[in-house]
Amino acid sequence: MSPRPAARQALGRVATLLALALPALAVLGVFFALPVSGMVARGLLPEGHLDLAGVGEVLARPRTGRVLWFTLWSSTVATVACLVLGVPAAYALTRLRLPLRRVLRGLLLVPFVLPTVVVGVAFRALLSEGGSLGGLGLDGSAVAILLGLVFFNASVVIRTVGAAWEGLDPRPAEAAAALGASPVQVLRTVTLPMLRPALVAAASVVFLFCATAFGVVLTLGGLRYSSVETEIYLLTANLLDLRAAAALSLLQLVVVVGLLALTARLRPDAGARPGLAPTRPRRPRLLDAWSLACVGLLVLLVGVPLATLVAGSLRVDGGWGLAHYRALGGTGEGALLVPATQALLTSARAATDATWMALLLGVCVAVLGTRRSRSRLEHRVRRTVDGLVMLPLGVSAVTLGFGFLITLARPPLDLRDSPLLVPIAQALVALPLVVRTLTPVLDGIDDRQRQAAATLGAGPLRVLATVDLPAVWRPLLASAGLAWAVALGEFGATSFLARDERPTLPLVIFRLLAHPGEANYGMALAASVLLGGAAAGVLLLVERLRVPAVGAW
Amino acid sequence: MRAPTAPRPTSRRATRVRPLIGPLVGLALAASGCSLAGSSDDSSAAPDPASGTPSASGSASGTPAPGSGGKVVLVTHESFTLPQKLIARFEQQTGYDLVVRASGDAGVLTNKLVLTAGDPEGDVSFGVDNTFGSRAVDAGVFEPYTGAGAEAVTEYDLAGDDAHALTPIDHGSVCVNVDDTWFDERGLEPPTTLDDLTDPAYEDLFVLPGAATSSTGLAFLLTTVAAYGDQWPQYWADLMDNGAKLTAGWSDAYFVDFTQGGEDGTRPIVLSYDSSPAFTTTDDGTSTTSALLDTCFRQVEYAGVLAGAQNPAGAQAFVDYLLTPAVQKALPDSMYVFPDVPGTPLPEEWARFAVQPDRPWSLDPAEIADQRDAWLTEWTDVTTR
Repeated sequence: MSPRPAARQALGRVATLLALALPALAVLGVFFALPVSGMVARGLLPEGHLDLAGVGEVLARPRTGRVLWFTLWSSTVATVACLVLGVPAAYALTRLRLPLRRVLRGLLLVPFVLPTVVVGVAFRALLSEGGSLGGLGLDGSAVAILLGLVFFNASVVIRTVGAAWEGLDPRPAEAAAALGASPVQVLRTVTLPMLRPALVAAASVVFLFCATAFGVVLTLGGLRYSSVETEIYLLTANLLDLRAAAALSLLQLVVVVGLLALTARLRPDAGARPGLAPTRPRRPRLLDAWSLACVGLLVLLVGVPLATLVAGSLRVDGGWGLAHYRALGGTGEGALLVPATQALLTSARAATDATWMALLLGVCVAVLGTRRSRSRLEHRVRRTVDGLVMLPLGVSAVTLGFGFLITLARPPLDLRDSPLLVPIAQALVALPLVVRTLTPVLDGIDDRQRQAAATLGAGPLRVLATVDLPAVWRPLLASAGLAWAVALGEFGATSFLARDERPTLPLVIFRLLAHPGEANYGMALAASVLLGGAAAGVLLLVERLRVPAVGAW
Repeated sequence: MRAPTAPRPTSRRATRVRPLIGPLVGLALAASGCSLAGSSDDSSAAPDPASGTPSASGSASGTPAPGSGGKVVLVTHESFTLPQKLIARFEQQTGYDLVVRASGDAGVLTNKLVLTAGDPEGDVSFGVDNTFGSRAVDAGVFEPYTGAGAEAVTEYDLAGDDAHALTPIDHGSVCVNVDDTWFDERGLEPPTTLDDLTDPAYEDLFVLPGAATSSTGLAFLLTTVAAYGDQWPQYWADLMDNGAKLTAGWSDAYFVDFTQGGEDGTRPIVLSYDSSPAFTTTDDGTSTTSALLDTCFRQVEYAGVLAGAQNPAGAQAFVDYLLTPAVQKALPDSMYVFPDVPGTPLPEEWARFAVQPDRPWSLDPAEIADQRDAWLTEWTDVTTR
């Protein structure tokens, strides 16, 4: 027996905390904080001294004002549209007994993992003057951008709000209804307040994704619109105005941190109440027509561009055929250095590695974020680490990509030639999804179970194996699937890192699109369908695991 | 999931960080057996650049014995391709392993090179063009080098590059293209000059990639600057008033909007290349499109030895190799550009349909370097008005 068990225990707690936090912090530090601060420093410390006046000058430019205003209003409108369509759809897809419910949920998530170049082409084929919806005159308009943003992000709302709705205690609403409240009153006074954390989380994440959207704004906006993200790209990649890019990057970072802090405050500490079985879906009634209409609209919005893509890939010389798919075994009309099928393998391998990494880090962070804290400080540390993993989502890929080049170039961190950079960059993108899927599950485990196990003599690892693992293995598998699909479609950061000997499939698609020849174009569409199909297959498997929180924020 | 395997020799540089960033990178390395072990065989034989370049001390164009090893790292843009056969031949002739690192367009490539000047990602670069060349040369990205074959291509040297940092390899012109069948069917005369494009007869018929997001678009902006001088903003205002449509990239304009590109295209005038008509041939031996030769801007692509290269001799050997007849002959089919070395035979369809402009518009590279950003900013203002 130790003379001072309390002190030893406290020391042990700190050691565990550090051990859990260290991997994530180290990876984020080296592969996120260092490159981004490297680029910002290049911009703001041109001659070795800080040039803050420059930041003010950049932010005061009239063009910057226009860019900020467009980013703000387009993201706000898109977020509202996602909520208006997504919340009723989430209700219908979690609480109503619909045919193909899980297939629909899987389908609606497919856009989330598709590279934007592909989606841009599909949308433009539909909306351009000669496309099937060309008569609407939407090509190159702000409406097209908004449609694209909703296309990508509606599933975030469905996932997040749906998960909350599935775990919602139905009794308060039933009680209100029994006391004579109308359905609208029940929704307004009982259900929506209970869903508030999920709504806020979904809204802020969608806003974040919209505000940092890059490909959608460029391809669908006909260049007439610039968002902060596209502006940073142009400033860095074209004009080499690093000062302005750094100023905008900083601004972006500040807004992202603010948004994440807001979400974290509104997210409840305790997750869904344990032990409550999910409500069984019921048959749709007449009153549900509105929510069913929203599902229908979203299925159209997602299904039509995807169908256009599939149709385009089957178009061969004015007829139909599989020639473009057969061509994937080759290198196109000299457009590629390796066959597209080889690239699919490369992608699958890199995504597998990214999944490993994201899971390893994600489990650490989720465990860290959900263990009971003994002090306010400890609580804050846990929450901060949990929030930090979200940061990479809010930073421009071009800043990160160029940052890798200039900061990871010299020993002791000479990593820019490493084949690991691509999976690591993908893992950074997938990590928040893993953490957000696992955290509610771990949160939902009654800590008294762990305490009881410990009292009965189980060590920390034994507790993990007997209490946490049985509850968490399905979500773990599900988040692995989601991480894999996201990594498979990742384009932004990968495009700066992937080596030509080993291009990933999204890069191959991009290359094919950039080469003349109808065959190359057809191959690009076929490869996109292949990519979307692989992702969709995995997502449908994930759906079968029936984890409510997967893909929720 | 495959069982983790030991990292291969290539990861030597990566493993150096292990003590620094903790056990996790170690774990990640082990877990990443897939990426490493599954990768192609390009890296397994390549020694570390620091250790094995026996020929580095040799003469510039000296040919080391096959198999003497060392690797040459080529930093290039995403449009770079060469037939596998030619890459193998380079490796066999020189004994180097060629590692290709391609990403971004010519602009991204140039800016990457400028950012890493003196501490480059590789040994040799291909793909900086005459619109970005001055920026790279001024930033000291390249080590001057004049190879054996450079005399044949002096016609294409970058103006102002007196030390010969860059060696011209290929060229192609950005020209307005028209769909001749479309105009034939309607009994209309196609446009021929820049001025015609602002003629109301051609309203809503022109589609082009934007100058801020596409190097093709930038070339056309430079065409108008060369043609109209200070009056170019007015020309663009007229062009936009006449219903010209901007897209983000070249492929978007050509494949989605151009009548000969996609099935549903509606615009018969597009900004493309002088070689594009060679890709729209029909079975009866004609091309359905043609390039307007009075609207062209010539882009020249260069190669150069990077300052601070690990393997300068290998870099020089690669620059020389790009000017050999075999590579020059392969350029049209691989990268859709014309070879710089005079007398190189062209593919049959190119010889017939890819007509080059006699007098393309041009600008002093130094002026481009000075003014590009101001032009782009003003262009953005005019076109988004």
